[in-house]
Amino acid sequence: MNGPQDLGGQMGFGPVAPEPDEPYFHADWEKRALGVTLAAGAMGHWNIDESRHARESLHPSDYYASSYYEIWIKALEALLVRHGFVTADELGAGRSKASGASPKRVLKAADVAPVLAKGGPCDRPVAAEPRFKPGDRVQTINEHPTGHTRLPRYARGKTGTVEAARGAYVFPDSNAHGKGEAPQHLYTVVFDGRTLWGKGSDASLTVSIDAWESYLEPEQ
Amino acid sequence: MAGFTFLPMSHDHDHDNDLDPMAARVKALETILTEKGLIDPAAVDAIVETYEHKVGPRNGARVVAKAWSDAAYAEWLAKDATAAIASLGYSGRQGEHMQAVFNAPETHNLVVCTLCSCYPWSVLGLPPVWYKSPPYRSRAVIDPRGVLAEFGLELPLTTNIRVWDSTAELRYIVVPLRPQGTDGLGEDELAALVTRDSMIGAGHALAPGAAA
Repeated sequence: MNGPQDLGGQMGFGPVAPEPDEPYFHADWEKRALGVTLAAGAMGHWNIDESRHARESLHPSDYYASSYYEIWIKALEALLVRHGFVTADELGAGRSKASGASPKRVLKAADVAPVLAKGGPCDRPVAAEPRFKPGDRVQTINEHPTGHTRLPRYARGKTGTVEAARGAYVFPDSNAHGKGEAPQHLYTVVFDGRTLWGKGSDASLTVSIDAWESYLEPEQ
Repeated sequence: MAGFTFLPMSHDHDHDNDLDPMAARVKALETILTEKGLIDPAAVDAIVETYEHKVGPRNGARVVAKAWSDAAYAEWLAKDATAAIASLGYSGRQGEHMQAVFNAPETHNLVVCTLCSCYPWSVLGLPPVWYKSPPYRSRAVIDPRGVLAEFGLELPLTTNIRVWDSTAELRYIVVPLRPQGTDGLGEDELAALVTRDSMIGAGHALAPGAAA
């Protein structure tokens, strides 16, 4: 979706403000926000793509006004309501009022280390041969889906070069919406800065994205 | 993202009036989920403990120091970063599919996630706020020299800049240039020169003697 998350090339946000000796967390609630988000995700009722889509589906004014962990918490609340675990009434009251959906599993403290160490690999075998190979000239599609996608707007309808074929991975545009993993080949595609940003761009700049196969067509 | 205006909360809380709104909101959510048996607070504690104390950029610094010291390891890291990094004991969540990109005198690499906040947790830990915030995410792809200048990094105009936008599940670590004057140093001493920012591409490795 052309949502608030798609920031590449946007202007007006001001300078980057690196913080010397920045702590991992700026308040105790941020720690709980991280832990609760990961623990709730471990129930297994939504995937990382659906989570990302919940975050980018916040109203743009809310997204831009929220800190990172605020975005996480607002999205987590939406996911919990969508999947029937809590109600908006309960969130307002701050307490449980009735039992909701039953989780597939509950992450126990003893399982945290092995679960985090295992992670969630999302490479998948596919039968199809890759359509493109390194060196191929390609053009990205110029589509504007209303659902989740990982092709940023600044790189749509642009010509670039396939630099590497990375194997096949779960396709977020499908997986975010409960339509299955639908794995596809993934490629690193590199663009000249001037292709993306025009004649005024830094001539020494190249930018790459990692693009699923259906984002790409052979250059015309 | 300090500096942004906070909007009113979307719902009110009739408790915990001594807490700020987000603290109250997160506490309420954790309470509900705990009451329903959906999360175990001890598991939340263990997750926080992991990312506050166990995983961080010292992991990545070990990887870089080994790549500087051992040509065969550097070659492995370039070809199969996931396996080469796992051989040092670093793997898992947000490091499942690693790529290492090597700075060269003629090319400087910079990593960003314009769409969210993808970051190699297994080697760098949790990302800093600036990495997750709109100023960096918006400008890294269109004005990387301007962004780097804000980190105090002025690259010669003849240096090519390559920006890697982490749009999929590949996670990137930059191997910065080995500083001059480090020929005799061992891996521990070298690792002390490798900053977090240098492994994102937002800095150089430190010169010998500059490490804290």
